[in-house]
Amino acid sequence: MSRFMKDLLIYCLAKAKKAKLGLSKNKGMRDIMTVYYMEAKTARLSRRKVAWITSGGPVEPLIAMDIIPVYPENHGAMIGASKMGAELCEKAEEMGYSRDLCSYARSDISCATVNGGPIGGLPRPDMLVCCNNICGTVLKWYEIQARYFNVPLFILDTPFCHTEYAEEMKRYVKRQIEEYLVFLEDVCGRKLNHATMEKVGRLSVEGQQLWQAVLDTAANRPSPMTAFDAFFHLALIVTLRGTQITVDYYRNLLKTLNDKVEKGIGAVPNERYRLLWDNLPIWYRLRWLSKKFAEHDACLVADTYTTAWCGTLKYMDENKFLDSMAEAYTRIYLNIGIDEMAKTVMDMIDKYHVDGFVMHSNRSCKPYSLGQYDIRRIVQEEKGIPCLVIEADMTDERNFSESQVATRINAFMEMIKERKG
Amino acid sequence: MKLLDEFHGIRDDPYTYGKKLKAERNRKIIGYFCSYTPEEIIYAAGIHPMRLFGAQGEITLADTHFQAYCCSLVRGALEGALKGKLNFLDGTVFPHTCDSIQRLSDVWRLNTSFGFFADVVLPVKLNSESARRYMTDVLSKFRNNLEKGFGRRIEDQHLRKAIDTYNHIRTYLEQIYSLHSENPHIISGSDVYAIVRASMIMDRDDLLDKLPAVVEGIKRGDTDADNGTKKRILLVGGICNHPDVYRILEKSGGSVIWDDLCTGSRYFSGIIDNSGDPVESLANRYMERPVCPAKHLSVKSRGEHLVNLVKEKEADGVIFLLLKFCDPHAFDYPHMKEYCNRQGIPCMVLEIEDRLPTEGQLLTRFETFMHML
Repeated sequence: MSRFMKDLLIYCLAKAKKAKLGLSKNKGMRDIMTVYYMEAKTARLSRRKVAWITSGGPVEPLIAMDIIPVYPENHGAMIGASKMGAELCEKAEEMGYSRDLCSYARSDISCATVNGGPIGGLPRPDMLVCCNNICGTVLKWYEIQARYFNVPLFILDTPFCHTEYAEEMKRYVKRQIEEYLVFLEDVCGRKLNHATMEKVGRLSVEGQQLWQAVLDTAANRPSPMTAFDAFFHLALIVTLRGTQITVDYYRNLLKTLNDKVEKGIGAVPNERYRLLWDNLPIWYRLRWLSKKFAEHDACLVADTYTTAWCGTLKYMDENKFLDSMAEAYTRIYLNIGIDEMAKTVMDMIDKYHVDGFVMHSNRSCKPYSLGQYDIRRIVQEEKGIPCLVIEADMTDERNFSESQVATRINAFMEMIKERKG
Repeated sequence: MKLLDEFHGIRDDPYTYGKKLKAERNRKIIGYFCSYTPEEIIYAAGIHPMRLFGAQGEITLADTHFQAYCCSLVRGALEGALKGKLNFLDGTVFPHTCDSIQRLSDVWRLNTSFGFFADVVLPVKLNSESARRYMTDVLSKFRNNLEKGFGRRIEDQHLRKAIDTYNHIRTYLEQIYSLHSENPHIISGSDVYAIVRASMIMDRDDLLDKLPAVVEGIKRGDTDADNGTKKRILLVGGICNHPDVYRILEKSGGSVIWDDLCTGSRYFSGIIDNSGDPVESLANRYMERPVCPAKHLSVKSRGEHLVNLVKEKEADGVIFLLLKFCDPHAFDYPHMKEYCNRQGIPCMVLEIEDRLPTEGQLLTRFETFMHML
């Protein structure tokens, strides 16, 4: 090991230890994420295992086993936000992957072979955990990575709930949760400590409740935060759900937001119009979009994407976490029928007092995007608010036409202004 | 061979066949899109299972439901339903397949009314005991839903008879593939395609009555194809809606001697042991059959299956037929191609949106590939 690596390791471990103990409660997101990625990248030196896991996957058992969870999708978002998506996607296309495939998958697959991207690639996994509650794409993506890294793959198969979460599904997912724990114990060569698991479960539920409370502050007029803020603050509830640091971070954030609410400080200076966002963010145009909407005095007060990480709290029981987790992970927003999705959207429209609905039709995400037109129709019929569909892609900026999107946003905002005055 | 005219006719115009079946024989008909549809259960209920392949041609009505980056199978299927072309159906069933079919099921449920509707949410992973149990549970549930939906009992004996019928059909289809593979001059690829395709549309009892004569006819040489040299081609992909592929390939000097298609060998692979519990037996076939890429057997199963097929069928080359916007196949393609490269198996890829390239273009591409073999 080089001198530099040793120093880096000592620095990281010290920071990580401090972070774990929650000594610095005011830690910023960037600090936490930097430590997290450094810890993950030096896992081999600290003899900890690394698991790659899908964004909708049950991370809590990994935390309880002291396995470092790494999220290729979070990596995809970082690649998108760093505007490195198109280049990495092109590289994947050279490898034979069609341009029509998910841009997270394409950029991650090519990144693994060149250690490119904003953080020089993800740390090598010791195992892969794929939960297909978000899409069928992750199944194919993780098969590819399982072949590439030659490591064990666990698939948590969560049957799609078109109209119901049936008894047989319940039994199947519960059995798989047991299999998941056995898988982790096998790979790690040690047993899961159930007391730790319970503690992690409680922290996960607490973290999700706090995340929901953070998002709920946007129901105030003016809203102290926008969906663009939510896209940023989301990282921890995705990656480090079930840790104290996440709970502390959101408690702190909630306090800041509540202060703003009390003082009547809005995230958009002259908030007049309140919008709901659907689908993943367009990572490489966040600032532009945020400015564009703010120019019209419009605030994106909520979105269907970031609420997915607290949307199934109603099924969770912190006292029977492992048991209730089966249902909560199966019934997430993307694993239900579009009529139930439309209902969720309409509840949000009421809750956040929404004047217009902006849908990102995302070429990369078929389960999220196919069906949007029907959701739009249902929402328009029942709520009578204007809806806008933006054709784009979450990470591959080649599928974004700025002038076209600008024109459509302007026309949409004109409609809202006419309606609302 | 005159007998094959009927197969070609049905292949060309399945909807007229469906309408006739309804009008003349008052049959209940259930439409489906996926080779994981438990047809035996539908058949055992006395209902006719009919595979739908998506209408070809201009898409207008489906455009208000699906974006342009949705595959032509899904868009075309919905178009057919919305245009009233499927009004002879008494119901539809959607086994869980891919992200797109999954959403087609929702849109279908909300925008069409064919009477019976069922999602059969099969497991995606097929390599665990819990998945096998779940598969059995889901199939039992479908059986109950059908019973309720159509007000008729499906006894075990009905299921056994159905399994028996399907075992026979599958055996004949495999035999026809084998005869063609052993001697590509004995019958044309287009004829084989028409037979297997029509077998997913036709009344299964009628089909089973006719298949022995077809096999005999092929053996006798009634179906002679031309005598030119034929490179032996394995066609790999999902659905193939283009009979012209077979014809143009033969013109270029090749012949599809086997396939790994869900409208081909994946449909008839796997004979069911009919001695145990019939629903468990059906589940077992799905757990063991060559997989669709939207399902998971192991990370290597599809590549290995491909290489085995090439060896077993002594194929000279592989053509990957990819439907544009079909994610599961597109994800597998680079890896499958690599498998071929490692084994020194020449391959080419043909991506189709809904229409084939012009005959001239396709012929040139096939000819170029044939010269490489």
